[in-house]
Amino acid sequence: MDFGRISRRHLLQGSAALALGSTLGIRGAAAAETTVGFIYVGSRDDYGYNQAHAQGAAALKKLPGIKVVEEEKVPETDAVEKTIESMINLDGATLLFPTSFGYYNPHVVKMAGKFPKMHFEHCGGLWSDKDPKNAGSYFGYIDEAQYISGIVAGYSTKSGKLGFVAAKPIPQVLRNINAFTLGARLANPKATTQVIFTGDWSMPVKEAEATNSLIDQGVDVLTCHVDGPKTMVENAARRGAMVCGYHVNQSPLAPKAYLTGAEWNWEALYPKFVKMIVAGEAIPNFYRGGLKEEIVKVSPYGEMVSAEARKHADDVKAKFMSGEYTIFKGPIADNKGKTVIAGGTDRGQQDPELEKMDYLVEGVIGATA
Amino acid sequence: MADASLGLWTVPLAVFGGAIRVSTPFLFVSLGECITERSGRINLGLEGTLVMGAMSAYGISYLSGSPWLGVLAAGVTGALFGALHAGICSLPRVNDIAVGIALMLLGTGLAFFLGKPLIEPTAARLPAIDFGWWSDIPQLRAALRINVLFLIGVAIAPLLYWAFRTTRWGLLIRTAGESADAARAMGHSVLLIRLRATMVGGFLAGIGGSFLSLFYPGSWNEGLSSGQGITAVALVIFARWDPMLCLWASLAFGGAAALGPALQSVGITSGYHLFNAAPYILTLAIMIITCSPKRTLTGAPAELSITR
Repeated sequence: MDFGRISRRHLLQGSAALALGSTLGIRGAAAAETTVGFIYVGSRDDYGYNQAHAQGAAALKKLPGIKVVEEEKVPETDAVEKTIESMINLDGATLLFPTSFGYYNPHVVKMAGKFPKMHFEHCGGLWSDKDPKNAGSYFGYIDEAQYISGIVAGYSTKSGKLGFVAAKPIPQVLRNINAFTLGARLANPKATTQVIFTGDWSMPVKEAEATNSLIDQGVDVLTCHVDGPKTMVENAARRGAMVCGYHVNQSPLAPKAYLTGAEWNWEALYPKFVKMIVAGEAIPNFYRGGLKEEIVKVSPYGEMVSAEARKHADDVKAKFMSGEYTIFKGPIADNKGKTVIAGGTDRGQQDPELEKMDYLVEGVIGATA
Repeated sequence: MADASLGLWTVPLAVFGGAIRVSTPFLFVSLGECITERSGRINLGLEGTLVMGAMSAYGISYLSGSPWLGVLAAGVTGALFGALHAGICSLPRVNDIAVGIALMLLGTGLAFFLGKPLIEPTAARLPAIDFGWWSDIPQLRAALRINVLFLIGVAIAPLLYWAFRTTRWGLLIRTAGESADAARAMGHSVLLIRLRATMVGGFLAGIGGSFLSLFYPGSWNEGLSSGQGITAVALVIFARWDPMLCLWASLAFGGAAALGPALQSVGITSGYHLFNAAPYILTLAIMIITCSPKRTLTGAPAELSITR
């Protein structure tokens, strides 16, 4: 339920527009700087997806001549169009980051058509040739960081059982589960990952129950792909299990249980985008990358991570950085015994087949439907 | 974690553990609503009260370092919301259901607004009592780490049952709920009785919220309640306005919530959306089985706007 949509920003903007609407001078003062608008689907301090983007926005605020405007809790409906219009018309934003997956079609596409001089950068990677040229999509191969997490988890587990609290069985999530498991099995070929789907992106009670159920099954290292990993991290740490984080660094929540984690690195990417725009360069409409391109990163290792695990993880990370490593390298079988990637086939990160992933690899306990 | 292979036994254990862990907010809200409805008024705003309670408990616990002060703050916030509901409803020609919906929106909106800075910090949590010390099975020990609020809730249910039957206050509340005229004829102010009943109801609902943010799942965020308050209000009808049945129904809902994740953890993965919907299917089934077009619901207070 979302009733908190009338934000202070809106009220202030409304009253400012009423009071100063006729005195047109206000826009002139802001003309020297570039205004960047950020739109979040949830709270920007959720220790998760939105906080990662907000950290990127915070990095932009440090740049000279850049003004950042933000709005939180904007649902993936017409509401985002109103927010975009108000950011453009009232705040003078020329570059917009609508950061949630569901904003793109039809809302961002429509707004990009309506405001052809503004830039739209959407997180999620859905841009196709038919879409307006002033809209772009970017996304990161965070499965590379999950793979590193998996390696560390594989060395750290005593029971050989890992747990994954996931929201929905969509390709992005399955890719993370599979990469985590493949990484873990490099370290411990017998390791298994038990996955529990909660059914939605933010279900704190279900996530806590899933965490408890996994630990009851003997799982001793957990990770997740939900919007706010705080619930999983805190509840797992209370039960004495270890965790790998997701989205941002959650080690302040559980310093003794936090092994490592897969993080977004928007604070490196967003300043790059802004500099490109200020310099008049075009940002590729379809922008992708992983560890090498500094779009994702791995959390610093926790104290309890063994030297052996650190070494192995660092080696693989170095190979990702030099661009010579492939996670999904055949032969790979799914957990029903069917070969999904044939021997000799390398599915590199850019491979569109990976975007259609609908299976769980061998070693994952769970089903996609 | 020495012994890890409980296998299928995890499912009943998880349902048992879930019944204890998840049921407390249902229990407090439904007992509170039970008192309010017995006095002849429906407060649908308890969802908002629950969320407000969760937020204020977390905030006060964070600022003061004492989770118990947080619980108290949640109760007081809840009582104030109850007073607001009762106050508006005591005006002539005001519909209590509409006011309840308005307060539900106000409570959740206000809690999200005021709770903004509380999402990130970690507040002091309520302690758990270890009732599983006698067992070697870590899973059972974990399930038996019980919060004292749950025990208080379990104790309130029979106490209320007894109080409704044998105390003067219980009789007054029931009189106000069954026949406002009779209560007036006895020289009592129906509005005052309902004000107090709604405030006590709000107090309990607020405490239910404090359990969510201070014990399980144990942090404040905006998806915390996901409709548990409104489910608990419905649960009162389902429990026929009987505090003891509220207790059993809350336990059943808590256990049902744990069923989906538990079945997946032992490898029963098909149809998890269906298992996640178990509590609602349970409610529908019982409602259908027990309803009848020929009579009003047994146990329904006659003054309630839904039965009148």
